[in-house]
Amino acid sequence: MTTVTAAPGAEIVRMEGITKTFPGVLALDDARFSLNAGEAHALVGENGAGKSTLIKILTGVYGKDSGRVFIEGREGSASTPLEAKALGINAVYQDINMAQHLSVAENFFLGNPPRTPFRTVDWKRMREVADRVLGEYDIHVDSRALVKDLTVAQQEMVTIAKTVHEKAKVIIFDEPTALLANEECAELFAMIRKLKARGIGIIYISHRLEEVFEICDRVTVMKDGRWMKTMPTAGTNEDELISLMVGRTVEDMYDREFFAPGEAVLEVRGISAKGKFSDVSFDLRRGEILGFFGLVGSGRTEVMRAVFGAEPPDSGEILAYGEKVDLRSPSDAIKKRIGLLPEDRKRQGLNLQLSLVLNTNLAAYDKVSDAGVINLGKEVAVAEEYRGKVGTRTPSVRQLVKNLSGGNQQKVVVSKWLAGGSDIFIFDEPTVGVDVGAKQEIYKLLETLLSEGHAIILISSYLPEVMGLSDRLLTMRNGRISGAFARGAYDEEEILRAAAIE
Amino acid sequence: MEKPSMRGMGDAPASARRRKKTRRLPEGTLIVTIVVLAIALTFSTGNFLTTHNLYNLVRQTSINGIVAIGMTFVIISGGIDLSVGAVVGCSGILAALLMKDVNQGVLVSCFAGVLVSALVGVVNGVLIYNGRVPPFIATLGSMTMLRGSIMLASDARNIAGLPRSFSDFAQDDFLGLPMLFIVWLIIIAVAWFITRLTVFGRKIYAVGSNVEATRLSGVDLKWVYYGTYTVCSLFCGIAGILYASRLRSGIPTGGQGYEMDAIAASVIGGASLSGAEGSILGTVLGAVIMAMLRNGGNLLGVDPFVLEIVIGALIVVAVLIDQNRKAKG
Repeated sequence: MTTVTAAPGAEIVRMEGITKTFPGVLALDDARFSLNAGEAHALVGENGAGKSTLIKILTGVYGKDSGRVFIEGREGSASTPLEAKALGINAVYQDINMAQHLSVAENFFLGNPPRTPFRTVDWKRMREVADRVLGEYDIHVDSRALVKDLTVAQQEMVTIAKTVHEKAKVIIFDEPTALLANEECAELFAMIRKLKARGIGIIYISHRLEEVFEICDRVTVMKDGRWMKTMPTAGTNEDELISLMVGRTVEDMYDREFFAPGEAVLEVRGISAKGKFSDVSFDLRRGEILGFFGLVGSGRTEVMRAVFGAEPPDSGEILAYGEKVDLRSPSDAIKKRIGLLPEDRKRQGLNLQLSLVLNTNLAAYDKVSDAGVINLGKEVAVAEEYRGKVGTRTPSVRQLVKNLSGGNQQKVVVSKWLAGGSDIFIFDEPTVGVDVGAKQEIYKLLETLLSEGHAIILISSYLPEVMGLSDRLLTMRNGRISGAFARGAYDEEEILRAAAIE
Repeated sequence: MEKPSMRGMGDAPASARRRKKTRRLPEGTLIVTIVVLAIALTFSTGNFLTTHNLYNLVRQTSINGIVAIGMTFVIISGGIDLSVGAVVGCSGILAALLMKDVNQGVLVSCFAGVLVSALVGVVNGVLIYNGRVPPFIATLGSMTMLRGSIMLASDARNIAGLPRSFSDFAQDDFLGLPMLFIVWLIIIAVAWFITRLTVFGRKIYAVGSNVEATRLSGVDLKWVYYGTYTVCSLFCGIAGILYASRLRSGIPTGGQGYEMDAIAASVIGGASLSGAEGSILGTVLGAVIMAMLRNGGNLLGVDPFVLEIVIGALIVVAVLIDQNRKAKG
């Protein structure tokens, strides 16, 4: 391979004294960062710490106000993303940018396909090169397959392979595992190790600190736009990172009060849906968190959508408060006081272009209206009430939800269900894409809901989170419940085995 | 208000501050534009600011303005209705046929025209919600079918000789204001009420913003779709009756091209074709601006083709300004 472009260990990127202001906000204040060839360097910090701004300066999306950038020892930075790419700096984003309706091979050569002597597209060579590069990285994907038919993980792998093929020297990963299941993460890490071995420098941004320790050599912590510390991962631990990030020590993120569980509010009896899940049964009791752990695709989300009436099951029965119910639509479930906080908050949970007022009231407009006519005072009062209750930080309830941070957006979804009178809350991956501080606020919110006698189902593919928060835990695999664990008898290995092994 | 801390807020406070300033800007800009246009036209033509001309202007605007309001409902819901012009034609021709050829009373005929128009909206809604046909295609289909039906039913001839009580309506004044304008004002009020003060109105915006999230919030989408398209067609049906009355006859080609004017007025008025943005007031102002340009152009003797170029440019500029404002916000 010819992708090794720098001697192993040589410095590829150096950023010093970077300052950047946006109107009214000092986004970066004397920030610094460096990256060596063949190294994975983690960049951590809460949302708003300046990680993305720093990266965007490196990739030419933003200009800097002051400071110096060196690429392979030469001063000067990219002023457009295209220039950055020419310098060998590439970013792989969460939302993968591929032409969904074209084949893998076509995406490989997007905009610049190999040509035959007649200037027509050389399809044969296109596939050959794509197949060769995919093979080099053990990516088992047919280069003729359409991108839309690949899994998210496969798309990510293909994007990375493509980036490497384009002679990348630096690859930036921004939350690469946010949409991946555990075993897919393992594949991604294997890939990153190969990239490192070839002398490519990796900048790794993630909220999941255990990944930082698994894959990275050094870690830089940022806080409020400032550089805090850079150190080898071998010489630090999660607690130190968190305290540097938030400026306080976090004894135990998951520390919460437990309540004596009450009567069963939800009983699910052998529900099945063809091709999604089969024979799923569980009970949920008042005052408890029932955790669901399983890989992406194990059927957890589908089960919850069935319980919520979004996609009714083919067979089996559901009892709410001891009574058999037939939930054919979300509004049926809402009448039974069930609220779903979907995994994909932006696409399924919120009306982003609209205000907090509308979002808060959406599931309960009959409560603030009379014969279809809204009582404007009440409508705003409800929004204010729940903004205060869940602690949503916003200058006004008239604010559009798209202008809020991930954590505050999640609080708006909770407000909607509280206003809608929900009693049973189904949280599907509530902390994905949310920073450490906001995570804790969401955990606090769960505790508050329990203390008020509500019942919670918590789905997460982040094991420490479900283990730390739930009263009981069920694992799912291939659409079936594959294990049940009681708090106190949680064993990480056993849970993983129940969720992952055939 | 307590000072919000930086943590977890991202750059929200800054953008919020900026947002507040620009919040009412779209309508503000439109009003300023209208005032400037009015002053310019008053001084550059001798006869812009005459009762005769203003009445004429208002009469011309009202019918298009009503259609534009219907269109705005649909655009806010994230859809588009290409059949509005055909509904205008259909409603007028149907009422004319009933009065002339079937000897029905004026009220019955008008009512039938409006009712059939509303039914077109129901069909559009069913196609779009139940049939999952994209709004553009569904309403393109119903537009084409309606146009064909109009030609068949009328033998492609104008239906003239309608009762005086019908054809005088559009020329009459009431309390010193043109009747057409009064009908438009009533529809503006009704539409404003629906979009601002009813649950149905909120749901139209919600659907335009995010269909799936709205469904998962327990909103029955069916009624939102049926309602939106029916309201739109109903307004167009009323516009069709006024159109026939104003021309004192049923015209088979009536309302042709109105869909484009309606979309233009909505967009100039700040509506976004991706849904959830738009207001009745904005659309009304958008329709007024378009009418003033056409009217002023006539008075100044500007080539009507040049005028079309100006209006086309205005549509693009309105959206450019809007996009630019959003990018900064």
